[in-house]
Amino acid sequence: MARITASVYTSHVPAIGAAMDLGKTQEPYWQKVFGGYEFSRRWAQQHVPDVIFLVYNDHATAFSLEIIPTFAIGTAAEYPVADEGWGPRPVPKVIGHPELASHIAQSVIQDDFDLTIVNRMDVDHGLTVPLSLLFGQVDAWPCKVIPFAVNVVQYPVPSGRRCFMLGQAIRKAVESFDAPLNVQIWGTGGMSHQLQGARAGLINKEWDNRFLDRLIDDPAGLAQVPHIEYVREAGSEGIELVMWLIARGAMADTAGGAKPKVTHRFYHVPASNTAVGHLILEN
Amino acid sequence: MALHKPYQDVPGTTIFDAEQSRKGYWLNQFCMSLMKADNRERFKADQRAYLDEWPMSEEQKQAVLARDLNRCIAAGGNIYFLAKLGATLGKSFQQMAGSMTGMTEEEYRDMMIKGGRSIAGNRVIGEDGDAQANRQPQGHGKGTL
Repeated sequence: MARITASVYTSHVPAIGAAMDLGKTQEPYWQKVFGGYEFSRRWAQQHVPDVIFLVYNDHATAFSLEIIPTFAIGTAAEYPVADEGWGPRPVPKVIGHPELASHIAQSVIQDDFDLTIVNRMDVDHGLTVPLSLLFGQVDAWPCKVIPFAVNVVQYPVPSGRRCFMLGQAIRKAVESFDAPLNVQIWGTGGMSHQLQGARAGLINKEWDNRFLDRLIDDPAGLAQVPHIEYVREAGSEGIELVMWLIARGAMADTAGGAKPKVTHRFYHVPASNTAVGHLILEN
Repeated sequence: MALHKPYQDVPGTTIFDAEQSRKGYWLNQFCMSLMKADNRERFKADQRAYLDEWPMSEEQKQAVLARDLNRCIAAGGNIYFLAKLGATLGKSFQQMAGSMTGMTEEEYRDMMIKGGRSIAGNRVIGEDGDAQANRQPQGHGKGTL
């Protein structure tokens, strides 16, 4: 039986990827960011899963305004790295796990979640920057990745409550898969940031850290927080933090199991316009 | 009955909802086209001619030519799409975001290094924070890319 062994949460700021791609990680500004991931890289090497179910948002890359799926699961064998206007990031293409992805899709749809099934899409920084953060610069990613893209481009994004319940359904789906795969689920994006208007540059350290506290100890309660609170407190683009609830909903304690171990926690301001938050929880 | 929009009282913030999306459909799709390298070159070679290939409003075209992202957003632009325009013009996300605050690039970067913009006075229209309408521009920037 496949098992979810851990969940990893991280910002996916494009400037972090650019810093790695352009060799700037030793600059003092960037050292303060990458320092928080040194432990994580060692952990990631020691805990390479078979598959990462990677929750992220597409940033008008694979999806334009022509089609806006709320939840899109990648069931393809591989995914090219997107050209977001600067040429594709110099990172390896992503290899998928069609069998597990299709199994998860079937199970979750039958549990009444309406997923869009995708067999062809480029993957942008939302997906590749977390992989770069945890695995460094590699010739090939060390495991398979199932991309799970959530709409955060056009309001409304799915609710925290919906994301949390979806995480529970994903867990159930993984556990009914008939091969002993070690699966991690990653939730990416955030933390507080606003990229537009006169309020661009908003950071809310207190709210972000309360979010991290509640994500660990009271995810069901956190899942009830309405969109307007995310927008007002964490910025118009901070609303993407709802995606972390998908990963959290898939941990054992939400299905009556033991609370996860907090293996790592990191928070730093800034990386470009954004507050960097990062957690590793192990079942 | 109109849609419930509780976010209209957040200062310095335009939420990209169905109404903004309808208004900005072609502006955003134009931006999307800049993901292809040869389109980026054609646009840079003759911006007005490239824009005229799209059923955008004159205001949307003028906002793009003026490189005024606040104006683009008011015309229905979404920041993730406008980022392709910024990338085409060689600007980072930090430069794009900063241009909407009326700060120079240095002033905005300094604000971020010092911990970012505070939420104090910036939650609701009518408070006294630096994102409120009566506090603009916030620095010595030109407000365009």
